Amino acid sequence: MERVGALQEKARQIRIDTLDMILSSGSGHIGGSYSANDILVALYYDVMKISKDPADPDRDRFVLSKGHANPALYAILMDVGYVPKTAKNTLRQFGSPFQGHPDSAVCPGIDCTTGSLGQGITVGVGMALGLKKQHRSQRVFVVTGDGELNEGVCWEAFMAASNFELDNLTIIIDRNMIQLGNNTEKLMKLGDLRGKMESFGFMVDEIDGHDFNALLPALEKKTVGKPHCIIARTVKGKGVSYMENNVAWHGGVPKGDQIAQAYAELGGTYNG
Amino acid sequence: MGEKRATRHGFYDGLVALARDHEDVYAVDADLGSATGSSIFQKAFPERYIDVGIAEQNLVGISAGLARVGIVPFCSSMAVFVVGRGFEIIRNAVAYSRINVKIIGSHTGITAASDGGSHQAIADLAAMRALPNMVVLSPCDYNQAKKMASVMYSHEGPVYLRTSREPVENVTSEEDEITLGRAQKLRSGKDVCIIATGMMTVLAVRASQILESEGIDATIINIHTIKPLDTESIREEVIACNGRVVVCEEANMFGGLSEAVASSLVEENDIVFAQVAIEDRFGQSGATATILEEYGVTPEGIAQKARRVVHH
Ligand SMILES: Cc1ncc(C[n+]2csc(CCOP(=O)(O)OP(=O)(O)O)c2C)c(N)n1
Ligand SMILES: [Mg+2]
Repeated sequence: MERVGALQEKARQIRIDTLDMILSSGSGHIGGSYSANDILVALYYDVMKISKDPADPDRDRFVLSKGHANPALYAILMDVGYVPKTAKNTLRQFGSPFQGHPDSAVCPGIDCTTGSLGQGITVGVGMALGLKKQHRSQRVFVVTGDGELNEGVCWEAFMAASNFELDNLTIIIDRNMIQLGNNTEKLMKLGDLRGKMESFGFMVDEIDGHDFNALLPALEKKTVGKPHCIIARTVKGKGVSYMENNVAWHGGVPKGDQIAQAYAELGGTYNG
Repeated sequence: MGEKRATRHGFYDGLVALARDHEDVYAVDADLGSATGSSIFQKAFPERYIDVGIAEQNLVGISAGLARVGIVPFCSSMAVFVVGRGFEIIRNAVAYSRINVKIIGSHTGITAASDGGSHQAIADLAAMRALPNMVVLSPCDYNQAKKMASVMYSHEGPVYLRTSREPVENVTSEEDEITLGRAQKLRSGKDVCIIATGMMTVLAVRASQILESEGIDATIINIHTIKPLDTESIREEVIACNGRVVVCEEANMFGGLSEAVASSLVEENDIVFAQVAIEDRFGQSGATATILEEYGVTPEGIAQKARRVVHH
């Protein structure tokens, strides 16, 4: 219980940092950051073996394949000490470690450069395969969007993950039912996603992606001989009522009264 | 001149007008209609708009299929994704097959600045120029982009059109006629020939004003058709400026307009050549003005190169 309470508090703080950063930059993707927020918090503050040193080869690996959700990840990388807090107001600015999409060449703690959808999944499969070949014990966690699964390369990678029996790989699908322009089932329906993943050889769990009591056991689970997929049912824009389930908040930035309302609902204060 | 507008919007305003008279005109996108501008078309002709989802290979493949049964598809995404991920399907299902598919790549160059280097297309010109049968277009402003729809429609075969996110002032007028494959002279000078494409033409016009105040009289040539390139006009105009030439493009220095112009001049004597382009590095995040400054892609950057070739 205490464990969950601490994570909920972290989750609240990371949502506020995310909002601070997006307001300071004037652009960024808040809806997808908030739907993935609690998954990232569970991974970084509980499930993953991370280390003080972002370059430690023995830590678990994380790939944010839906790279546009990076404000939440950046907030965490500062909080765990991988990136100095002075970077906070530099999101998307010239010379910043916090590029518009995650860039491993300039940002410590980013394990894979992403932003082009689908690529994080295939590179993540390669990382898991490489670790397995070398008999190393680190796990690889990949967070993907549901719209992202429109990309064919995702399914090529899923086929390979099961072919190579990658039981060190966990694919977490941020199932918020919205992509850039519309609801996923209206734009390009995924239909029976669980059945699809199972038929591609994954062990599948379907959970509430904002409930730490469900996230922790699912993320900790170790499969044998097959990769693991967690379908995390989430709400795009989770935490701010006017953003929730609203396609307009894929890439919007709060203005005017929306700003104070967002901070109030997240339980924080506006210091801008 | 008037208000600043983006070529990505000009093109789709033109396509909507074209589609009123031609029922075979369709737009196809990959969940980026609000970014590429194709949502303008979707609003006007929802039944002739197809969104294939976030799937650029499928975008190109489906478009090739549509074309094979009599539709004229204009398919779009950010250039990085449609040209990048779609490339081999563009190569074989479209260019090699000589299929009548029109491809629109938006957010080209480094002016899609805040998204960062992963989203900034700097190699699309080189990639599309390298394909036989492919026509490569790059309009300089809103007015010109608007005319591209009918130019593309009238040409039977594969075409790539490069658009930009950045709103710029118009340097061409609604009345200007454009002809596929012909260079367009915007200013007549005698000291240096500045050849530019896309948004760089607008910056080149501003550069010519700086140069004029210093007594340097520049010719400005706008290249809206990068392939096939109007090498004859280019040679004439460069020679008329004593062989002094500056080529400007918002793309990597290799494989784009500059190299195309340079190779058209190799047989001439006494050419003094300079290039304003991205100097073989990727883009990055930043305010648009900061990024343009950092990469030397500014009117002053063009003027500097022009002074250098003039005083050579
Ligand atoms: C290859 C590629 N195509 C298109 C885009 C543009 N894009 C960025 S986010 C997005 C929608 C993503 O939807 P989803 O995966 O569901 O993410 P979420 O809802 O979690 O934000 C699109 C189309 C991209 N980044 N990469
Ligand atoms: Mg989604």
